[in-house]
Amino acid sequence: MRNGTPPKPVVFRRVNSMVSDKSKLGFYLLLSPLILWLVTLIILPHIGLFAVSMSEKVGVREYETGFGNYAVFFNEPLYWRTFARTAFMSILTTALTLVLGFPIAYYIAKLTRGRTKTTLFLMCLIPFWVSELVRTYGWMILLRETGVLSNFLLYIGAIDSPIEFLYNDAAILVGLVYTSILFMIVPLVTTLDSLDDSLIEAGYDLGGTGTSILREIVIPHAMPGIVSGCIVVFMLSLGNYLTPILLGGKDSLWFTGLIYTQFITRFNWELGSAFGFLLLGLSSAVVFIGLKLSRQSLSNTMGR
Amino acid sequence: MTATPDLECKDLTKNFKDFKAVDQVSFDVPQGSFFSILGPSGCGKTTLLRMIAGFQFPTSGDLLIKGKSMIGVGPNKRPVSMVFQHLALFPMMNIGENIGFGLRQRGVNKSEITTRVKRVLERVGLPGIEGRRVDQLSGGQKQRVAIARCMVLEPDVLLLDEPLGALDLKLREHMKIELKSLQAEFNTTFVYITHDQSEALVMSDNIAVMNKGRFDQIGTAKDLYFEPANAFVAGFVGDANRFEGKVTSVDGEIVAIVTDGGVALHGRATQQRPEVGGQAQIYVRPEAIQLSLTKPDATGGRNASERTVDSVLFNGANSLAILRDATSGETMNVALPQTGAFLGLNKSDTVYAQWDPAQARCFPAGE
Repeated sequence: MRNGTPPKPVVFRRVNSMVSDKSKLGFYLLLSPLILWLVTLIILPHIGLFAVSMSEKVGVREYETGFGNYAVFFNEPLYWRTFARTAFMSILTTALTLVLGFPIAYYIAKLTRGRTKTTLFLMCLIPFWVSELVRTYGWMILLRETGVLSNFLLYIGAIDSPIEFLYNDAAILVGLVYTSILFMIVPLVTTLDSLDDSLIEAGYDLGGTGTSILREIVIPHAMPGIVSGCIVVFMLSLGNYLTPILLGGKDSLWFTGLIYTQFITRFNWELGSAFGFLLLGLSSAVVFIGLKLSRQSLSNTMGR
Repeated sequence: MTATPDLECKDLTKNFKDFKAVDQVSFDVPQGSFFSILGPSGCGKTTLLRMIAGFQFPTSGDLLIKGKSMIGVGPNKRPVSMVFQHLALFPMMNIGENIGFGLRQRGVNKSEITTRVKRVLERVGLPGIEGRRVDQLSGGQKQRVAIARCMVLEPDVLLLDEPLGALDLKLREHMKIELKSLQAEFNTTFVYITHDQSEALVMSDNIAVMNKGRFDQIGTAKDLYFEPANAFVAGFVGDANRFEGKVTSVDGEIVAIVTDGGVALHGRATQQRPEVGGQAQIYVRPEAIQLSLTKPDATGGRNASERTVDSVLFNGANSLAILRDATSGETMNVALPQTGAFLGLNKSDTVYAQWDPAQARCFPAGE
């Protein structure tokens, strides 16, 4: 080889391009499940949904394109009030979950070590081994009129007659917080874990108090975790169907319930599709506002 | 001596379960001095520092700052500040906010904070960097910002927990001098802990050598180097050759021992006198040993021996030769004076070594 004429660079270039062709093929092959998932399960159904939502029924098998279905939503107070109520309750759930989850996450991440930490983390996870339906029925056993809580209060003499704890907004909130708290704790533990203990010590050393350190050091550091936890919990609550229906009863007035009614009971797919699109717009808008308010970017919070 | 020392520890003890991390440590640090605690890792120096800072509470004993007992006082209420090992600058704040943090906690008003932050940054030689982020600074700049963050609070005592450990060698050498001049500039009492003897020797007014939770010796750098109180200090501060053997005679201060290999050596005893017949150790600094290529005329010199060169470790001014004794096979390190006389020294050359017994220290063995 050394004495022979060196091979022309052209040959090398061709080999190179073949290699890069191959690696490109591999890249697209690996990417294809994702693209398939995105296109067939997310983009196509949404295009279809949008198309359906834009068609108004004017007669038997007669349709016109227009915003009529959306107009129905804005003209019927029950619809947009339910919509606003769902948004408000979901935000409330998110706030409650954060307030409850933060101390738990702080305890797991900062105040425990080794085995205890793993055990506590696992204990947060264990309820998720059974389905959401079973977990919600668990709450019904506790809260219903003939349930554990009511009977206990009767037994100790705090109340005279059984009380129905189910079928009100508080029950819905309890169920939603319970269902989604894990999704708040996990990102919080991860970000708090990465907070160097010496930063907290330095805060104390420089004269800081517990509250000022929490405000100036711990929370700013945990902000990406807080925001990503909040986004997930908000989305889960907003899109939850089972918990509000089971714990809130027929008065639950959850927006997903309305969508279900339109699709299944009323067989009004056009209006149901419009509702679905409105829900998508709502969750996107709230997440966008939340990110702007907390000065975080989606890649910063979800990329962790 | 009438002035109250800035920091005073009285029989300070800290136990973890059945392990004594700090054992009856007593010392005081006068105002404006640079005090170092030097010890190997795990000797309890970090625990001691954290007790002074207030992150850990002593099991027994008392700790006074400016004459006031600090027992039961939280870290945020003490007039001490600490520079952490990894500096612990707050990454979520810019430099100005970092330095202003302590002042904000004290409720100082905003314009006052701005002027004081500006002034302290000028004093550490980094004017006008308030708006930068922490990750935009170099290692040395971070160091100075960490010191500025503490000094802006005008603490009585500044604690430093091996802050130079993470820096590279060149910068570390530079920061040693800089820390010393910063200390002179602020005239604040510095308590510095380190396992690096050169950091302690260069910067400190006083050094405490700590071992297994106790202070073995407190003194100036020269005291520790030339008059080590015990075998641990002699071995830990500076380099030393160690020989162990049986004591054959004690003549005033001069102790003679015979090593296991049968070599007779002499050294000067300290307060702990070895007894004839007992085991003793002799420590000799590599630079205290004189080398010559020709046999010395005076044969009466104690500790004189003929040796072969085992290897030459060239390291600029710190070059060493390892010399082997022909009969016993024992080796010792000898500093090579870089005067040119020993440039041609090679493996298996024969050289003549000797040292003055007064330059060697002898301690009873078995401590």
